[in-house]
Amino acid sequence: MSLFKWNLLGVLLVTMAQEANAGEVNAAIAANFTAPAQQIVELFQKESGHTVKLSFGSSGKFYAQIKAGAPFDVLLAADDAIPKRLLQEGAAVEGSRFVYATGKLALWSVQPDYVDEKGAVLNKGNYSKLAIADPRLAPYGVAAKETLEKLTMWNAIQGKLVKGESITQTYQFVASENAEMGFIALSQIMRDGKVSVGSWWLVPEDMHKPIRQSAVLLSKAKDQAAAQAFLAFLKSQKAAMIIRGYGYELPKKP
Amino acid sequence: MNPIDPSDLQAVWLTLKLASVTTFLLLLIATPLAWWLAHSRKWYKGLVSALVALPLVLPPTVLGFYLLLLMGPHGVVGELTSALNLGRLPFTFTGLVIGSVLFSMPFAVQPIQNAFEAIGKRPLEVAATLRAGMWDRFISVALPLARPGFFTAIILAFAHTVGEFGVVLMLGGNIPGETRVLSVAIYSHVEAMEYGAAHWLAGGMVLFSFIVLLALYFAGGKSWRVAR
Repeated sequence: MSLFKWNLLGVLLVTMAQEANAGEVNAAIAANFTAPAQQIVELFQKESGHTVKLSFGSSGKFYAQIKAGAPFDVLLAADDAIPKRLLQEGAAVEGSRFVYATGKLALWSVQPDYVDEKGAVLNKGNYSKLAIADPRLAPYGVAAKETLEKLTMWNAIQGKLVKGESITQTYQFVASENAEMGFIALSQIMRDGKVSVGSWWLVPEDMHKPIRQSAVLLSKAKDQAAAQAFLAFLKSQKAAMIIRGYGYELPKKP
Repeated sequence: MNPIDPSDLQAVWLTLKLASVTTFLLLLIATPLAWWLAHSRKWYKGLVSALVALPLVLPPTVLGFYLLLLMGPHGVVGELTSALNLGRLPFTFTGLVIGSVLFSMPFAVQPIQNAFEAIGKRPLEVAATLRAGMWDRFISVALPLARPGFFTAIILAFAHTVGEFGVVLMLGGNIPGETRVLSVAIYSHVEAMEYGAAHWLAGGMVLFSFIVLLALYFAGGKSWRVAR
């Protein structure tokens, strides 16, 4: 019996060692980047032979988990505040931070011809609910708040706001039409450069501070080749094509 | 540690209100349901029991997600409430109450049902021979004898509603004073890295839950002695 246990342990150890050789990356990914990340990882795995395990969620949650020793190697956050904070606290590798995508905010409704190209629908007021991501929790929520402040509507619209705890939940509120429209990430509705459902207003860049989605290599993966290879791949032309297809912009190359 | 702000106190108040309303409604619904389940011999009794117990095993987010769709503009319930000019239920206190009632249903029904079943037929038959009507038998015999079951049901339903998270998160929309309950407030504080406020609320929640369970076990012990 105990021999059997030892054998089992041996098999486990060998399996784990093999996986380590093949290179495995545990990636924490901002929820709004879900679809492009899956596509990029598929390509990366095919080309490199490494495997990437994806966890999707909010950057705030990932921050708490990383500080508590979560087994993540890289973080693709929804802004640059949390990667910066991790760097300051020594939880991320110096010099590894870069902006992998600039997020685009969109006002979106499932109904066609509901949202006009200039977002004037916001002023009409004949809607009961406007969904945004909670500005305390999500960068896209901050951008939505800044946009509404710029339109001098923030105070007046409070009674109509419903807040998702993440941009994913905000999307769900709008997609299920429980809110007539909402501020979401363009990447959630755009596929291959097109939006197929409903009507939308692409919020101009000068309405809010740029959503600089930053990636960072976490300290525990400092010497891990697979994690570094994944981040390098994220900067490649192939990844850029995919990222643009979802409506993100990329920072200009220096 | 930064202390909690007024909106947190509002969340505490709202949570207590939600739990009280839910518990009250559950008593009204669960009592006849439990009575029926305890005494019925209908073939579909198992079906009803399974439906009542479903929230025990379902992840609350599943329940919340389907309620969101059902109460939405294309859902059966949503179309009904719109047709009746009641507006829509998601993002409202009423919506949360409905979600909580469904979610906490087994915690109210099962203790009461067990209590009714434990009484057995004999006391009711004796009451019948003394010419007590059906209603009288229920009020003067069954209800008092089932009191421990009711007590357990009230505490469990209340506490379970206070601790509810998944359903509220899916249905609520985090509106202060309307749907922003304690569990969601704690979650938001943690996500926003406001750990100080999160500690105050979360610690309070642990203390509250412990006291509730303590009360339950002490009271349970007492009724156990009485029953013997």
